Amino acid sequence: MSLSILAVDDSQTIRNMLNMTLTDAGFSTRLAEDGLKGLEVLENNSFDAIITDINMPNLDGFGFIDAVRAQERFRSIPILVLTTEVAPELKARARDAGATGWVVKPFDPPKLVRALQLVAG
Amino acid sequence: MADNTDAMAEIRASFFTECEELLESLQDGLDAVWNETSDEETINVIFRAVHSVKGGAGAFGLTQLVDFAHRYETALDEVRAGKLVPEGEVLKLFFRAADILSDLLQAAKEDGELDPATFEEVLSGLAALAGGEEEEEEALDFQPLILDIGDETPQLAELPGELPPGLPPLSGPAEGEGDAQGDSGGHIYFAAEKELFLNGNEPLYLFRALADLTELTSRCNMDDLPDLSDLDPAVCHLSWDLTTGADIDAAAVAEVFEFVEGLCTFRHRLPEPELPELPALPELPVLPGAPDTAVGAGADGEPGVAPAPDAGAPPQASDAPAPKLSTDQDAKAPAAPKAGAQKPAPAKPNPTIRVDLERVDRLVNLVGELVINQAMLSQSVTEVDMPPNAAITKGLDEFMQLTRSLQDSVMRIRAQPVKALFQRMGRIVREVATEVNKNVLLKTEGETTEVDKTVIERLADPLTHMIRNAVDHGLESTEARLAAGKPERGTVTLTAGHRSGRVVIEISDDGAGINRPKVRQIAIDKKLIEETAELSDSDIDMLLFMPGFSTASEVSNLSGRGVGMDVVKTAIQALGGRVSITSTPGQGTCFSISLPLTLAVLDGMVVEAAGQALVLPLNVIEETMTVEAAMLGEMGRETQVLRIREGFAPLLDLGTEMGFRTPLESYLDHVALLIAHEDGSRSALVVDRIVDQRQVVIKGLQNTFGQIPGVAAATILGDGQIALILDPLDITMNASGRTRQPSLSLAG
Repeated sequence: MSLSILAVDDSQTIRNMLNMTLTDAGFSTRLAEDGLKGLEVLENNSFDAIITDINMPNLDGFGFIDAVRAQERFRSIPILVLTTEVAPELKARARDAGATGWVVKPFDPPKLVRALQLVAG
Repeated sequence: MADNTDAMAEIRASFFTECEELLESLQDGLDAVWNETSDEETINVIFRAVHSVKGGAGAFGLTQLVDFAHRYETALDEVRAGKLVPEGEVLKLFFRAADILSDLLQAAKEDGELDPATFEEVLSGLAALAGGEEEEEEALDFQPLILDIGDETPQLAELPGELPPGLPPLSGPAEGEGDAQGDSGGHIYFAAEKELFLNGNEPLYLFRALADLTELTSRCNMDDLPDLSDLDPAVCHLSWDLTTGADIDAAAVAEVFEFVEGLCTFRHRLPEPELPELPALPELPVLPGAPDTAVGAGADGEPGVAPAPDAGAPPQASDAPAPKLSTDQDAKAPAAPKAGAQKPAPAKPNPTIRVDLERVDRLVNLVGELVINQAMLSQSVTEVDMPPNAAITKGLDEFMQLTRSLQDSVMRIRAQPVKALFQRMGRIVREVATEVNKNVLLKTEGETTEVDKTVIERLADPLTHMIRNAVDHGLESTEARLAAGKPERGTVTLTAGHRSGRVVIEISDDGAGINRPKVRQIAIDKKLIEETAELSDSDIDMLLFMPGFSTASEVSNLSGRGVGMDVVKTAIQALGGRVSITSTPGQGTCFSISLPLTLAVLDGMVVEAAGQALVLPLNVIEETMTVEAAMLGEMGRETQVLRIREGFAPLLDLGTEMGFRTPLESYLDHVALLIAHEDGSRSALVVDRIVDQRQVVIKGLQNTFGQIPGVAAATILGDGQIALILDPLDITMNASGRTRQPSLSLAG
């Protein structure tokens, strides 16, 4: 099934990689470079799932997830956290913030796609 | 997945471009800390820069880079956490680490790696700053996690560390009686907690993913469904019994349910392919409702993993918090966004796009053609003698203006701020200052000044040398500074700016200034000048640019790098630039480099020799004069010289040198162009007449004709005529074997 995905990451390289991976998987993809931009894009678009980095300027991943979940219509949108950190407490924080799942950077493209399918069908 | 080799190569290239920007903001941040102009966001910017380098590097398997960035990032995180203050030696280490990061990137870009020995010291310094927590963390990361499914079937579901650590083990004895699929299949019991939905998970997708892996049957338990009046729509009142085929393996199941661990009651008993004969499965207690026992028994050594909270509680009762990860026992408030994280964005730079340089160059070339075309058109119109207010003349004027603006705009695309170049100089200053044990501050001004990309690239080496010189020779030793009543810390200032259509870069120091008597004596000792030569102050200063000149009375290892200031001068001249010195004893020295804005157009002098129009770069022509009998002299049998004030310059006929005609019998009434050489000597090129001075568009010939001695490039003049752009220095050098005499005078 073709999903529409919002991917938020401040690194151009990672955005490029995400774009390539998701497009190859047949998903339609929108990219944003930080949490604030991500919220802007969410404002007028609907997505099946969101992927977000944690360390970002302006609004980091935790703040972004908070802000997304704070809106009633996004209560149940799946959010995957993309992070280089594998520390358990980070995953715990992400989950407490409302993240659905996580993918560790550098991500393995098929695994990312599988993770998206797990949370978004 | 499709073949993405090309796309990956492109992304890789963009990664390195991005890293340049990241390094720049890293450097900016460190500079701000150094200059005490940082604010609380600065350290976040620094951290993110290193973090992003690491993230991207990981994607391309650049392990050396990842490892180093990781250490660096960990140390920076200590600063973020307020445990470490970036000052003194710590800050110096951060600067060095930034330099190494830059080196590592450069090496990675060229598919190489650095010799680990070169940065071992910095690496261990960073590790020391991080307080050795690193190792602990990693040890924790790779702790294998035992999934405990109960005492009865200990070895059935041991997952060999496949699951990420820190989560409570999948707990509780497995549900299922083994009735549906016989002994070969697996059984999973699944009941979602409320939080599972709040985190955006959807059991259906999990089951679907499982169904993709194996033959799956599911049975939904609705026993716990309350009366409609008691029903909380946010709570899952259902649970499922899933039966899988025998082909399922535990790792795959773990991956499917990874995200919901702790958010559900999950028990499984999976087939064990390793064991051909399964022991008879024990009768397992039926849940929900049964208390969990023996949870975490296999997870010994995993600090802080407490037994999962009552995961088997009936869903109705699960309004209580879902099982939380108990490793997170430090004081950090979990989901609260960081205070600094939501600060409004600082002033954003204009959006940019990345364009292949080749495309830009093509555009530059086309605009060049357009400029030539426009000039030809203007000339044709002038030739037909239109009245000055004719519509066509006016139109052409506007056309010319537009063409010029277009050309300017296009040239500006190739222009880059000198900032990155200046930042590299910061590093040189730090390195040299450490080597010669001086305390040096580098000030930069006009970093946003834009210069053609190629000019910037080719300026790096000469500028590096001049900066080294300024720190090594320009500034006095700390003792001498203090004795002279100067501040202990010497200052080197690097400025860039536009001045009358050129870019001027100045390197100045507040050192002792040029010791002119000493310079003069050295030049005499080295037989560069006559003992009796009368030289002005600026003449003496220019001696520094003579080949073979070195002022270092004690040879420091910096000055012995095989490049002298003469090479600097040559490099700058090759860019169409000029370099000059001003120096005040006791106050310092300033080297000033003046460069053309672009390498695509040239300020040229159009001359005629043997009926050919030729272009000479204006910046090497010192003066022009009509040759008169009184000026001519002879030196030896073949060489005619031009007498200019107190010196002589050998005369060369341009037409002859270019092979257009046989040598002239007399140079009288021809025009001599005095060419200044980098070694201070001069020669005179004789031409028939000077046609014009104008900007010409440079058209490279090398791709087509290779290197032609004496010819730098070509251009098309307004009348459509093709003219060669000459390299007069090359011409006179080639001729020197026959006619040119060694330097006779420096004065001028």
